[in-house]
Amino acid sequence: MTLLIVEIEALTKIYESKLRVVALDGIDLELHQGEIFGLLGPNGAGKTTTISIATTRALPTSGAVRIDGIDVVRQPAQARRLIGVVPQFNTLDRSLTVYENVYFHCRYFGFSHAQAKARSLELLEQFMLSERKATYPTQLSGGLAQRVQIARAIAHRPKVLFLDEPSAGLDPQSRMAMWTAVEGLRKEGITVLLTTHYMEEADTLSDRVAVIDYGRVLALGSPEKLKQTFGAETIFDLKLKSLDALEPVIATLQALAGVTSAEATAEGLRVIASTSDGLLPTLVQATASHGLRDLAITEPSLETVFIRLTGRDLRE
Amino acid sequence: MAAAYGSVFFLKAFWGLFLRDLRVLMRELMPFLLRVGMQPLLFLFVFTFILPRIGGSANPMTAAAGASFGTILLPGLMAVAIMFTGIASVALPLSTEFGITREIDDRVMCPLPLWAVALEKVSFSAMQSIIGALLVIPMAYYVPAVPVRADIHNWPLLALVMVLSSLLAGSMGLAIGSMVPPKQIGLIFSIILVPITFLGCVYYSWSGLDKIPWLQIAVLFNPIVYMSEGLRASVTPSIAHMPWWAILVALVFFSAALGKLGLRGFLKRVLS
Repeated sequence: MTLLIVEIEALTKIYESKLRVVALDGIDLELHQGEIFGLLGPNGAGKTTTISIATTRALPTSGAVRIDGIDVVRQPAQARRLIGVVPQFNTLDRSLTVYENVYFHCRYFGFSHAQAKARSLELLEQFMLSERKATYPTQLSGGLAQRVQIARAIAHRPKVLFLDEPSAGLDPQSRMAMWTAVEGLRKEGITVLLTTHYMEEADTLSDRVAVIDYGRVLALGSPEKLKQTFGAETIFDLKLKSLDALEPVIATLQALAGVTSAEATAEGLRVIASTSDGLLPTLVQATASHGLRDLAITEPSLETVFIRLTGRDLRE
Repeated sequence: MAAAYGSVFFLKAFWGLFLRDLRVLMRELMPFLLRVGMQPLLFLFVFTFILPRIGGSANPMTAAAGASFGTILLPGLMAVAIMFTGIASVALPLSTEFGITREIDDRVMCPLPLWAVALEKVSFSAMQSIIGALLVIPMAYYVPAVPVRADIHNWPLLALVMVLSSLLAGSMGLAIGSMVPPKQIGLIFSIILVPITFLGCVYYSWSGLDKIPWLQIAVLFNPIVYMSEGLRASVTPSIAHMPWWAILVALVFFSAALGKLGLRGFLKRVLS
């Protein structure tokens, strides 16, 4: 019995058109049954490409993806029985009502009329969509459409659910509701792979996170472990009025205990320190001569992990 | 045992897709019937009712065509019904599905191999084409001034021709829907489909083109010619038509070629 429900092995995807684009440069991932796994990275990192290949919508250039032992390239139809997908966009059937979207999806998976009907009504109840069952997708808000897409995706009781940027376009309330729903799926034994560029989503929701950029996995582990290993640091972003002759200031700051690095940025300084104790007054004093206009403090988080690993912000 | 289970599952999934299309069609049944019936109805009305009634002196065309124009028209109009319905019922929804809503994602979630998803679309359109073509038969009986009686002896030939023709039209629809953006589909209809129809032995039989030999050869590259002639052979055999074996060979050839083209286009769009 495989406990590794998803195996992604040396996955590569290269688009050869006018420009040669390396979307994925050898991704290796393994998902355990029942876990919620986050793929965190900025736009263009290769997250959607990874999901496309895993959900049989794209073919890899090399490498393999196996869902419960089934190779998605060799047996795509079989693989589709085991997976559910909530795509980034609203791909609901516009010609069918909310109820029918879920009902026919059940029929695609071999449910009888009675089974499909029962399952659809059960899911609409679960996702609080019963009142909207006769509505058409064009009349739904983003949050509601998302719920229908999740219902559709798990209708056939897949082993793995893929969520591509589930928070994109959702207001904060819908986002929270969606997080609750995803957490609830854990109880049903479904393994979840979600991609996101929102740090809080990866942090709060995921058991384990892979940080991905430029088609490569940069780090892999639980959010706590990643923060301890890479990002147990506070980032101070200082906006200064005068950017001349910053070198002595940088040198002073770098010499301080606990400061890992200090560097000039377009608007002032960025100081990364392993401790914030007593650092704040020192920073203010040291930059007094340059006119400190603003100070932003980023506590240890996956965002700092990402910055540490790639040298750039998650949302660039 | 596993293989049997697999094929049951395949059929259920296929049927699921078919049912979905059926539900959407039922919702739009009136528009479908109007779309399918309007052209042949009007054609028959004008050319086999109005013009003969008005009399030969008013319009030379009817005098030339004679009372048997209706007989020539019937299979031609059936072929046009198959062609237009077949292509439109695949190309238009498919173009939308590949469009901004990306609804193709929804269809492709179905646990069927992609060629089977394409086959379902073509099969469903084939069903619609056949209904459209069959509707022309009673029209040809009731509308013309001189009723045209369908003279069907060779039922197997008719069935074969109808099935092959509708699969051919569906495959063309698959190719067009995958390769042409929604905005340009109208253009395709005007630039490609209308000429194909006019040069497709719809309003005149192929044997009649003896008098214009170069055209008679040229139209052999037009698949609708074989559809018209095939229907002529099975529905109104009194009119001279191409030999049935030639028709069937050509229909099979064009269906296979267009099917391959259509499937290739479809797969290219679905898979990145």
